[in-house]
Amino acid sequence: MNLLLLLIVPLIAAIGIMLSPRVSAVRQISLAASLVQLMLVGWLLFQMLNSRSVSAQPLYFEQVYQWFPSWNIQFHIGVDGIAISMMILTALVVLAGVLVSWQESILPKEFFFLLMFLSLGAYGFFMARDIFTLFFFLELAVIPKFLLIGIWGSGQKQYSAMKLALMLMAGSALVFVGLTGIYLEAHSFDLTVLSATHFPVAFQYLFYPLLFVGFGIFAALFPFHTWVPDGHASAPTAASMFLAGISMKLGGYGCLRVASFLMPDAAIHYAPVIIILSTCAILYGAFVTLMQSDLKYMNAYSSVSHCGFVMLGIGVFNTTSVYGAILQMISHGLMTALFFAAIGMIYYRTHTRKIPELGGLLAKLPFISTVFVIAGLCSLGLPGLSGFVAEMTVFVGSWENKSLWVRLATILSCASIVVTAVYILRASGKVIMGPIRETFVNLSDAVWYEKMAAIFLLAGIFVMGIAPFLLQYIIGNEAAAIVKQGTQVLINK
Amino acid sequence: MLNVTNILIILFLPFINFLILGLGSRSIKQPVSGTIATVSLLLAAGLSLMIGYQYFIVKGMVNGAFPPIELFRYPWMVFGSKLTIDMSLVLDPLTVMMLVVVTSVSAMVHLFSLGYMKGEERYTTYYAFLGLFTFSMLGLLLAGNLFQIYIFWELVGVSSFLLIGYYFSKPSAVAAAKKAFIVTRFADLGFLIGILILSFYGETLDIATLIQRLTAPAGSQSLAIQTAGWLGISALTWGLAMIFIGGAGKSAMFPLHIWLPDAMEGPTPVSALIHAATMVVAGVYLVARLFPIFQLSACILDLITYTGIFSAFFAAIIACTQTDIKRVLAYSTMSQIGYMMFSLGIARPEDHYLGYMASLFHLFTHAFFKSLLFLGAGAVIHMIHSNEMNKMGGLRKFMPVTHITFLIACLAIAGIFPFAGFFSKEEILLATYHANFPVFVIALCTSGLTAFYMFRLYFSIFWGKHQAHDPHHSEGTFTMKFPLMLLMLCTLVAGFLPFSSWIFQGDTHETSHINWKFSLVPLSLSTLGILIAAYFFRKPSSRVADTLMWMGGIYRISKNKFYIDEIYLWITQRVLFPLVGKPAAWVDKNIIDGTVNGVGNFVGSIYYFIRGMQSGKLQDYLLYFLAGIAAWMVYFIYIWK
Repeated sequence: MNLLLLLIVPLIAAIGIMLSPRVSAVRQISLAASLVQLMLVGWLLFQMLNSRSVSAQPLYFEQVYQWFPSWNIQFHIGVDGIAISMMILTALVVLAGVLVSWQESILPKEFFFLLMFLSLGAYGFFMARDIFTLFFFLELAVIPKFLLIGIWGSGQKQYSAMKLALMLMAGSALVFVGLTGIYLEAHSFDLTVLSATHFPVAFQYLFYPLLFVGFGIFAALFPFHTWVPDGHASAPTAASMFLAGISMKLGGYGCLRVASFLMPDAAIHYAPVIIILSTCAILYGAFVTLMQSDLKYMNAYSSVSHCGFVMLGIGVFNTTSVYGAILQMISHGLMTALFFAAIGMIYYRTHTRKIPELGGLLAKLPFISTVFVIAGLCSLGLPGLSGFVAEMTVFVGSWENKSLWVRLATILSCASIVVTAVYILRASGKVIMGPIRETFVNLSDAVWYEKMAAIFLLAGIFVMGIAPFLLQYIIGNEAAAIVKQGTQVLINK
Repeated sequence: MLNVTNILIILFLPFINFLILGLGSRSIKQPVSGTIATVSLLLAAGLSLMIGYQYFIVKGMVNGAFPPIELFRYPWMVFGSKLTIDMSLVLDPLTVMMLVVVTSVSAMVHLFSLGYMKGEERYTTYYAFLGLFTFSMLGLLLAGNLFQIYIFWELVGVSSFLLIGYYFSKPSAVAAAKKAFIVTRFADLGFLIGILILSFYGETLDIATLIQRLTAPAGSQSLAIQTAGWLGISALTWGLAMIFIGGAGKSAMFPLHIWLPDAMEGPTPVSALIHAATMVVAGVYLVARLFPIFQLSACILDLITYTGIFSAFFAAIIACTQTDIKRVLAYSTMSQIGYMMFSLGIARPEDHYLGYMASLFHLFTHAFFKSLLFLGAGAVIHMIHSNEMNKMGGLRKFMPVTHITFLIACLAIAGIFPFAGFFSKEEILLATYHANFPVFVIALCTSGLTAFYMFRLYFSIFWGKHQAHDPHHSEGTFTMKFPLMLLMLCTLVAGFLPFSSWIFQGDTHETSHINWKFSLVPLSLSTLGILIAAYFFRKPSSRVADTLMWMGGIYRISKNKFYIDEIYLWITQRVLFPLVGKPAAWVDKNIIDGTVNGVGNFVGSIYYFIRGMQSGKLQDYLLYFLAGIAAWMVYFIYIWK
């Protein structure tokens, strides 16, 4: 299959949206495009598994086009199991995002156009095998977010949009300096070429932090996470879903695929810093979440805490922990998108997101409440849902590191499961359970598009939680290969 | 018979109930949903009984032991090269015994609920949750992998949460559900860390392999775990202590017991199933399952013993003063689980692990008489519509079946011959007498107290002054009475089962025998307890009030449950939230975000400064020009050489 299809479909959809005269056509095009994307990704997975069962390759569906020959920049794309699973996540979140925005009434054309554009950026990012291409798509995904928050947002949206765009741009700037450094050292942007290069240790020590922090800002690395709460809280529902579900994963994926993969010496050298920062994010993020009274702020801070697991897994950098980090990216993407969708549905009906102002919704909104509770249970790591699988893998992986302080960091991170339980139950106890407020007795439950959105995400969460061996089959070896590649370089040195 | 199909049927019948009734909670109406669930659970219970019969009697012992049978194994999750979570189904004596207990009590509770929950709005959802619980509990029992236990451990926790919060619009029920989940979650954290420690050194998550590796006297893994350590305590001890914390949380041992009395906010049949007979004994089950490893650490065994005996005594004192009948039963559950715990703690090779056998025997008998007590209490509550003791009285004429069955259960828990509790408690006391005399004395006192508070309950409900109740309410339907009678039957015969030849630890086992000379003391103490209760509560009198005057402060402390809840509340409300949560939120808002905003403002002010310079006034530009020349001149004259 041609990977370019995945870029062409959102592009054509975006153009189609701009040209279409009616709002209903806009919606239908978006929905059709996102369904096609999901099918394409599914087909991609199927094809990859097929050809892998014949002979294992590092990359599938590879394509190379000359882009800027004088700079040795190529449009090099190709996927492996990790990239495909991130693309499945993207397809699910985009589909759910389109569905929950079905009734968007303010500038619907532009809104769906930007959503399609975002998905284009994300697919391109995950399939890029040339770090310049990767950077290109990373940038492509920032600008639509600024607009989505600035135009369709709520609360202090100008401030949040500006903050988000500036912080992410700062991250991009760091990444760009890092990429330039790599290019000057190795005269190539190609990941395949670069992975065979061993960078001098002094070079790695200098450039690794740039790349890691640069991508880390996207992934809410502590203490560069403050764009997360404001950005998510101000964004419209679909944009929040996209931000937390996919955008933050771009950062984690970049940290893993570019920073730690290319510079394993530095990854090991800086591991203590990363582990300390991510433990801070996990536990401190959880405690800050505890004090939030706005549902969106709560989920945003809980994203900071959960993305800490991704960084912890990457920081510890062994096979199990890296695998856990990837699982956590997928799991958190699905779970947090579902959570934001549920919060959006509640907000749409009650016009408030303040926990103390809500109450007893289960009586009137059984479907939405159930979705909210399942997302919450996934967040607190209930077995059978995706969060458990991911978090436990990170814990076991980081426990494999024998040094005492990593053990302590692991225990502290484990302790977050208790704090998470407290804030999730506190919110559900107030919002979902308890006596219903009089103003809410006439509310009506989810309609078809909201149900569909939730069901797609729920399916992902349940499949991953009940059958983790499926993902193991898709990405297990490849996660191991990343670490092995890293340590191989170390051994050869 | 002992094949994987039958076990899968037992395991998945409740799960299918959960799926069907959960998804169709609005389309499937009562009583259809309840009937489906009850019939399938009765089927599962029947199958379990058959399996028990096949396993213990038909198949029998091989070389003096019941061999474990592994029926199923699938690598569910693989961590690196060594650790794997295998979803497995393993039958061994402990599992088979628990299988019978869980399915039969669950079936009885399903049956009872047909009448008890009639007319409830979320009737179908209730049965769905019961199915989820039963499935999770069975999964926990059949697990052959430590992490698999943890998985189902969490699932029983969440089903308990859902069922306690069944009356979700009642704030007290919501609070109780949250409390139960959070307290046990805290304990589960210990369990998780314990798993991490043990599996790291044992290099496996499979329970049988883990036990084999860690108990091998000169194995590399067992040496590693005993030599590694932190703060002067070996890794083995740390790991076991952590796992015990997990078990103590689920089994409501002091000081993690605070969730259990509040959990009584759930529907009464749920209390009978989850918070009396099955889930709360999971901690005992866990310690028993890993007993060969626990046995390696004498100090952990002591920890288990003293936690157990303290909880038993402590809960018995509180139970004497509570007026909510379900809370009395909750504290009595905690007390009885305390018995099971310390009995495991004192089990040692000298007396062929009598304590181990006695503990599980008590678990077995307790499941029947305690669920009977709860269902009886449920029948009473169903009739009176109140949990308060002082609203009851003189009910023996109105609810004859409940009265007789409740009396028998009370006699059983008080340890009166020939009811089930007598036999198991007898064994526990005997084992303790040989192993640890001070613990034995406290256990004896507790047993007297047990008789007193149980008969205080019994006399207050069924004797004393008759309180007016709604004459339209009767004792309940046949589906409510039948489980009571069946459980009463179990209570009558359970003690006579040859339990000690089924479940034992080590190579040889002692056959049960009643040592009448020894039994005299506990029996007479229990009788004394009953007589005192009768003296105070059989007829309304001023005796109670007089004694309370005399007791004063002690009564108040016990009535307020030793203020443990208040201490926890103080820690969370006065320490955790204001001293950790609030500062963290403050730091995030003001320091970290403040820095971000500060950088933004700083850049902004540079912009203002530079913009100010581009004023368009010729004089300003001339000034900058001259200042620049001056600066360069100073530089060239004084600094540059």
